[in-house]
Amino acid sequence: MNYKLRFSQYNECSILVEWQAIIDENILQDVLIYKNKIENNYIKQEVEVISTYNSILIIYNSTIDNVNNEFLDLKRLYNLPNTDKKVDSRTFKIPVCYDDEFGVDLVNYSKVKNLSKKKIIKSHSEVIYTVYFVGFLPGFLYLGGLDATLHLDRKITPNLNVKKGSVAIGGKQTGIYPQDSPGGWHIIGNSPIEQFNPKHNPPCFIRAGDKVKFHPISKPEYYKIQNEMNTSNFNPEKLLLHD
Amino acid sequence: MIKVLKAGFYSTIQDQGRSGQRSFGVPVSGAMDLYSSEFANKLIGNEKEAAVIEMTMTGAEFQFLKPTIIAITGANMRPKLNGESISMFQSLSINFNDILSFGNVTNGFRSYIAVKGGFITESVLGSRSMSKGITETTRIIKGAVLEITNSASLLTSKNAKLKLDASFLDNDTLEVFKGPEFYELTKGLQNLLFNQTFQVSKNNNRMAYQFLPLIKNNLEPILTSPVLPGTIQLTPSGQLIVLMRDAQTTGGYPRILQLTQNSINILSQKTTGNCLKMRLKDF
Repeated sequence: MNYKLRFSQYNECSILVEWQAIIDENILQDVLIYKNKIENNYIKQEVEVISTYNSILIIYNSTIDNVNNEFLDLKRLYNLPNTDKKVDSRTFKIPVCYDDEFGVDLVNYSKVKNLSKKKIIKSHSEVIYTVYFVGFLPGFLYLGGLDATLHLDRKITPNLNVKKGSVAIGGKQTGIYPQDSPGGWHIIGNSPIEQFNPKHNPPCFIRAGDKVKFHPISKPEYYKIQNEMNTSNFNPEKLLLHD
Repeated sequence: MIKVLKAGFYSTIQDQGRSGQRSFGVPVSGAMDLYSSEFANKLIGNEKEAAVIEMTMTGAEFQFLKPTIIAITGANMRPKLNGESISMFQSLSINFNDILSFGNVTNGFRSYIAVKGGFITESVLGSRSMSKGITETTRIIKGAVLEITNSASLLTSKNAKLKLDASFLDNDTLEVFKGPEFYELTKGLQNLLFNQTFQVSKNNNRMAYQFLPLIKNNLEPILTSPVLPGTIQLTPSGQLIVLMRDAQTTGGYPRILQLTQNSINILSQKTTGNCLKMRLKDF
């Protein structure tokens, strides 16, 4: 805490707050603690806050009359002692099937990286990833922590249809596609877990600040979980990893 | 109820959008031209939040299975009631079985129909705006039946004399604020943006509008950061991308400019080949 922040007006009814432009767990903690403070203490009016690696955008529900007053209020709020030292973080164990049938780019990825499939799966699933924020698509998690040996630039020509649930690597990042979508990342597996459901409230059970660990499963296990997802009420608490 | 006889080129239900869900990556959506959709609602005494139909380029055809009051605003798609031309920008009484039809657009690009009390279609996460991955239906299709409110007070249409800003559809100047990465541009490029005439490319939809010509630049990508409808990004290949209502909530291209709220409405009425200028505005 006590980073040097930059405050600027973004449009008629929103203010951007920026930290130094690096990906860093301590900055993430500071961003999320501040986001919580704003959401809980900004009583003058209701605001919506979007957070990313190093910035938050505060969207007011009407035009900002005097932006300097808002800056002052926001700075005062930032400097108030924190009630939380850390934001609540839960760790979810997400099952992933790394079979070729789902990991359509696995063979090629293994060749280009000169790594065995076994090694890829091990490196990808033994790390605990940090959820920095949700963006790009509804329910798409920006995960930090991908092992450097797995980094690979995005494809030059994106796939027009990446299947929902695809687990993929793009550059220094890894992620899960929450819906069918075009995409340029290398697909190495698929998760049967529906992480985003617009009928649920909240629609996404994982949030910024949580942790994710991938858990390799077989094809029969994949179909069993998929079947459970479709037939019963899915309880994300079953995926919680306890220390 | 209203039965859809023809769907038109691309028609959807829209309201003010889905706020409060952007932390989960959910686009805000809502009517592209909020000015026109709100105006349609005002004309018949609706709340501005009431859901309306947004039609794009080519209009649809509807059969009313309930009497109601409607108003049509935005682009002119030559509306007809039971085959007779009718006026836009005023409240109109509709009888049981009336047929409302539209043709191709003659001015503007998106037209709005409000009904008394609003459409009461599927509501997901606090909004009826149709959106991929969120609502089950993502566009209005032929044969669909759209539910509307049973209104007891059909005849109290008190706002029939509202004044319309008539120059709105012909306005071709977009007002913009400096974006967070504006000062990464060279002085030359900063000036160019406000002297150049831009043309809307064929890549224009509810998510984003792209402009021509390309703007050669050497801006670095940024760490993925928040964006809003109206954010103008500049890609390494020189593409100017203006994010619109269905845009994603975060992006990694430099955000060089930001459209004013009203300029988003103005741009929503433009299509492929239309020419535009940009004018800098201070807060």
